[in-house]
Amino acid sequence: MRRIFSVLVENRSGVLCKVAGLFSRRSFNIDSLAVGETDDHAVSLMTIMSSGTEQTLEQIEKQLNKKLDVIKVKTFEESKAITRELMLIKVKYNKGTRREIMETCEVMKAEIVDMSENQMILQICDTPEKIKLLISLLSQVSIVEVARTGTLALQKCMED
Amino acid sequence: MTGADAMVKSLEQESVGYVFGYPGVAICPFYNSILDSKIQTILIRTEQNAAHSASGLARLTGKPGVCAVTSGPGATNLITGIATAFADSIPLVCITGQVNSELIGSDVFQEADITGAVESFVKYSYLVKDAREIPRIFKEAFYIANSGRKGPVLIDVPIDIQQQEIGEFVYPEEVHLRTYKPTVKGNTLQIKKIVAELNKAKRPLICAGGGVRLSDAKDELRQLVEEYRIPVVSTMMGIGVMATEHPLYYGMVGNNGFPWANRAMKEADLIMMIGARVADRAVNQPERVMKDTVLIHVDVDPAEIGKNAGATIPIVGDAKHILAELSEYKIEGDYSEWITSLEQYREEMPVVRKPVEGFVDPAELIRKMSYKMEDNAIYVADVGQNQIWSCKYHVVRNGRFLTTGGMGTMGYSIPAAVGAKLACPDRQVVAVCGDGSFQMSMMELATMRQYDVPVKIVVLKNNYLGMVRQYQHFTYEDNYSVVDLSGSPDLEHIAAAYGMKFLRITDMENIDAKIDELLSGNTSCLCECIIDPMDLV
Repeated sequence: MRRIFSVLVENRSGVLCKVAGLFSRRSFNIDSLAVGETDDHAVSLMTIMSSGTEQTLEQIEKQLNKKLDVIKVKTFEESKAITRELMLIKVKYNKGTRREIMETCEVMKAEIVDMSENQMILQICDTPEKIKLLISLLSQVSIVEVARTGTLALQKCMED
Repeated sequence: MTGADAMVKSLEQESVGYVFGYPGVAICPFYNSILDSKIQTILIRTEQNAAHSASGLARLTGKPGVCAVTSGPGATNLITGIATAFADSIPLVCITGQVNSELIGSDVFQEADITGAVESFVKYSYLVKDAREIPRIFKEAFYIANSGRKGPVLIDVPIDIQQQEIGEFVYPEEVHLRTYKPTVKGNTLQIKKIVAELNKAKRPLICAGGGVRLSDAKDELRQLVEEYRIPVVSTMMGIGVMATEHPLYYGMVGNNGFPWANRAMKEADLIMMIGARVADRAVNQPERVMKDTVLIHVDVDPAEIGKNAGATIPIVGDAKHILAELSEYKIEGDYSEWITSLEQYREEMPVVRKPVEGFVDPAELIRKMSYKMEDNAIYVADVGQNQIWSCKYHVVRNGRFLTTGGMGTMGYSIPAAVGAKLACPDRQVVAVCGDGSFQMSMMELATMRQYDVPVKIVVLKNNYLGMVRQYQHFTYEDNYSVVDLSGSPDLEHIAAAYGMKFLRITDMENIDAKIDELLSGNTSCLCECIIDPMDLV
């Protein structure tokens, strides 16, 4: 089972380490992790995707709540959230593959943001599945390197 | 006023009586300031024991124990003591000196990243970056350590911060922690559910853990148990919550517990765990034990509920509050049949020991000693075979039973006994250890002598690391590996070297008189008891 943990933490030094350390100390998985400041400078948001049994996921939430630097933990399934990830991917190309790469970009709504004689950098901002799909499509060409932000997620709008 | 002065003033505001520690350059400003205070400092002989002594003191006073050591090796030596307090949920405030804040990260002499090192076994830690924050940080640290699920808090103070001038000292009256609000009161709906389940139950059982003691819920528990005649068992940390010979108390459960207590756990149709973790040593294979049982789990730490066994009724809160709330309801259950069968199990399943002639039988020694000890005496058990015998055969009346059931740190008993004796100078304190655990802490005999802390120390001597030898006996067919303790010192000489009374008991002859001699007077005594090296718990 996979779940998203949206964790509001005090924006202090060492907090990322404490939260990450908790996951390794208790053998919890981190599938993806993204951290950034919120609108309040004193508060950061950590978006952690994790997987495990129902019991493990419950423990993750409880253990996170025990950390004194954690302000609030929200958990939700991927289907209940808007998820986005940004990826920069550098690929090699030649005359034979250029057309194909550009077509792939068009279909996948990726953008070419840099180019040299035989390399280009593509940028895509989409759901984790789309990112995975683009990687697999481009792996048939020739990937040089990849940088990903990790998944960001917010719970879908619901009037409560 | 300097940061160091503010540290001492803060400790005074928290009514701290003792600081256990070991100075070094990085904590010297603090130890200089404390000279002007009424707080008594105890120079312990190794830092780990500073935390154990603070733990012993905390368990008697109900307030955080305090230790203060230097940076680098001083701080890292403290770690085992901190981890022990964390596993046993004992409130401590641990102060460590740190190198100059501008040098942090450059690997200078005696620098260690102590806040990083202890992260997974402190409730919280601080690295002080501005001395003006010291009063707030100390106020928070004492509050965090001693509320919710209790535990150690570490404050790392660089030497320049201790020397920093801060102007006026103002100690905050309240703590403001937006991320920390432990639940104390139980949810009323859940309380009602518990009452309903207890009404239905035919074979209910309460399993009391260390949390009952930590929340000072002993009287509330006894009241509930006596009013409705509900049988009680306990975990190792829960020993002493009920008087050992209370008719409704059936002893310790777990792989070292009593067979009838474990049978009670298996056959109960309702188990109410109070302040207990359902940990591996207490409840083997919790899923199997709890399969057809209504499990009510009372704990102040929500993460403990459901961690090891899924609870039918989880209830988060302080045991004292929840038991008090529960007492407002009437429970309509009749459990007399169940108690009759438990009595029968206790009779049918006696623990048979076959003591070998010519040695001290530790079980009989401990049992006899219990009745000869003062009514409110404090018994501190170490770790190893001595711990299991102590758990099984020591009879608690109105006294206390201290041990480290969570971490199982060898060498705990002597420093913890020192802390307990300082907290309660009028009470008798007896530490029981093996010859392995004694040698892990025997340097504290000097502390006992220096500060005149009279503790009775009983060493069950078998020239082996008995618990491991026993394990190797069963698991590796007597292939003993690294458990032979020959080379140990002559304890009579050790006692003489520290100016202590010494007593050697070699067999059961005149045992009563010998125990009387051991316990007589408010003086320390080192008592060596020769036990059968092949004895099993």
